[in-house]
Amino acid sequence: METLNVLLEALPYVLQGGAVTVFAVVGAMFLGLAVGVPLAVAQVYGNAPLRFLSGLYVWFFRGVPILVLLFLFYFGLFNLIGLNLNAVGAATIVLGMTSGAYQSQIFRGSILSLSKGQLKAARALGMSDGLAIRSIILPQALRLSIPGWSNEYSIILKDSALAFVLGASEIMARTHFVASRTYKHLPMYLTAAVLYFLLTWAGVAALRALEKRVRIKGYVQ
Amino acid sequence: MKRNDKTPLMRVQGISVRLGGREILKSVSLDLYEGEMKVLIGPSGGGKSTLLQCMNYLILPDRGEIELEGRNVDPHNARELCSFRQQVGMIFQDFNLFDHLTAVENVGIALRKVRGMGRTEARDRAMAELERVGLGDKARLYPAELSGGQKQRVSIARALAMDPKVMLLDEPTSALDPELVSEVLTVIRGLAQNGMTMVMATHQMGFTRSLADEVLFMQEGQIIEQGSPKDLLADGSGTRTLDFCSQILDVEGCTP
Ligand SMILES: Nc1ncnc2c1ncn2[C@@H]1O[C@H](COP(=O)(O)OP(=O)(O)O)[C@@H](O)[C@H]1O
Ligand SMILES: [Mg+2]
Repeated sequence: METLNVLLEALPYVLQGGAVTVFAVVGAMFLGLAVGVPLAVAQVYGNAPLRFLSGLYVWFFRGVPILVLLFLFYFGLFNLIGLNLNAVGAATIVLGMTSGAYQSQIFRGSILSLSKGQLKAARALGMSDGLAIRSIILPQALRLSIPGWSNEYSIILKDSALAFVLGASEIMARTHFVASRTYKHLPMYLTAAVLYFLLTWAGVAALRALEKRVRIKGYVQ
Repeated sequence: MKRNDKTPLMRVQGISVRLGGREILKSVSLDLYEGEMKVLIGPSGGGKSTLLQCMNYLILPDRGEIELEGRNVDPHNARELCSFRQQVGMIFQDFNLFDHLTAVENVGIALRKVRGMGRTEARDRAMAELERVGLGDKARLYPAELSGGQKQRVSIARALAMDPKVMLLDEPTSALDPELVSEVLTVIRGLAQNGMTMVMATHQMGFTRSLADEVLFMQEGQIIEQGSPKDLLADGSGTRTLDFCSQILDVEGCTP
């Protein structure tokens, strides 16, 4: 009974953490998209220096643990350049930049899976490469990327729990706060687990709905 | 013959291409006059597709030049290149329709984004082109919902919408089921009869005999024979072209 009371009392507080988590994850997904698309285009169509630079970016963010990146950026780099961000903002940016590296690989795979003839046909009509990539290649590649994106969402969601270490008051931080005060560790962390699970499920369902919405009749790869 | 001493509409001079360390085209030249239909014939791997793709600079040749209406085209100037390509339509063996766009959008997209037409104007023009190839009723279908013959007709409509001065066709019926070949040939025949200037790689011999002004026989990156279909394909002419054509007719069992 006492446990139930603690849970009920803590729930609104933890759910607010859910809002913080959702903000960070959605922000990171879109930042990752904004970073990942140009990176992918640079890797597939860029000249040698562009390919090298985008490769370097991907290599760096894939090769360093998120925990290290969070500290490196929040306490190190952001301070150095005088960027005054709160923990949630910093975590969103780090998660987004990391996700950009992974998303670029999803988009790159989708672009490469398109037939070469698509670009040829666009060029033959007098389109510049930039226009062809924007209006012919990316609309197809992004559609093909939605399943990979959905996977990426569930990974960022789970990585976002690490923002706790910066002091961002997201799900994990708030759960930890209540658990350590009330000693209801098992029920509290179970609650957090269920919340993450529900958020994963909702996000994946939303992306599946998006995939259906933008599906093109008969289009199979 | 439409040939006279006017300047050619398009002039290809000394095009050479190396790919993968091999010489794919060895100094190929040809003059294309307005309203003329040239047919490229020859064994697979002879360089037909490469030559056609050089003719709108989809492949940059290592050497050689192209003139359109007497003006040299510089492929390294992006503006000039795009404007040149708008004037030279290209039809591919495997259609290359934009898979995420409906038939009418496929035809209209370059009108809007390259020509800068408004949405309605582009759609009206696209519809007119689709009707011209007999596909007005398929405008809202996606490529995956069309038959091969319909796809190729959409791709012809897409090229025609840009008002090209020359059309290049790379084996436009080779990827089609036999029963779909004639609907595409009918459209191309219509173009030829309306005076469109064309270069077409094909193995359709009946079509070639009746419509080609000149046949170019390509092998190992060179044009080794050229002339009117009547001369090159006459019984007992002893040409490589005739020899090659009788082989493919034997294999495919179709009537010349
Ligand atoms: N990108 C490429 N790299 C290397 N070789 C190529 C490439 N594209 C075509 N080739 C070669 O060029 C030759 C001519 O090919 P192609 O122009 O397609 O001939 P055709 O259309 O007459 O069959 C073939 O031997 C082919 O293997
Ligand atoms: Mg070919």
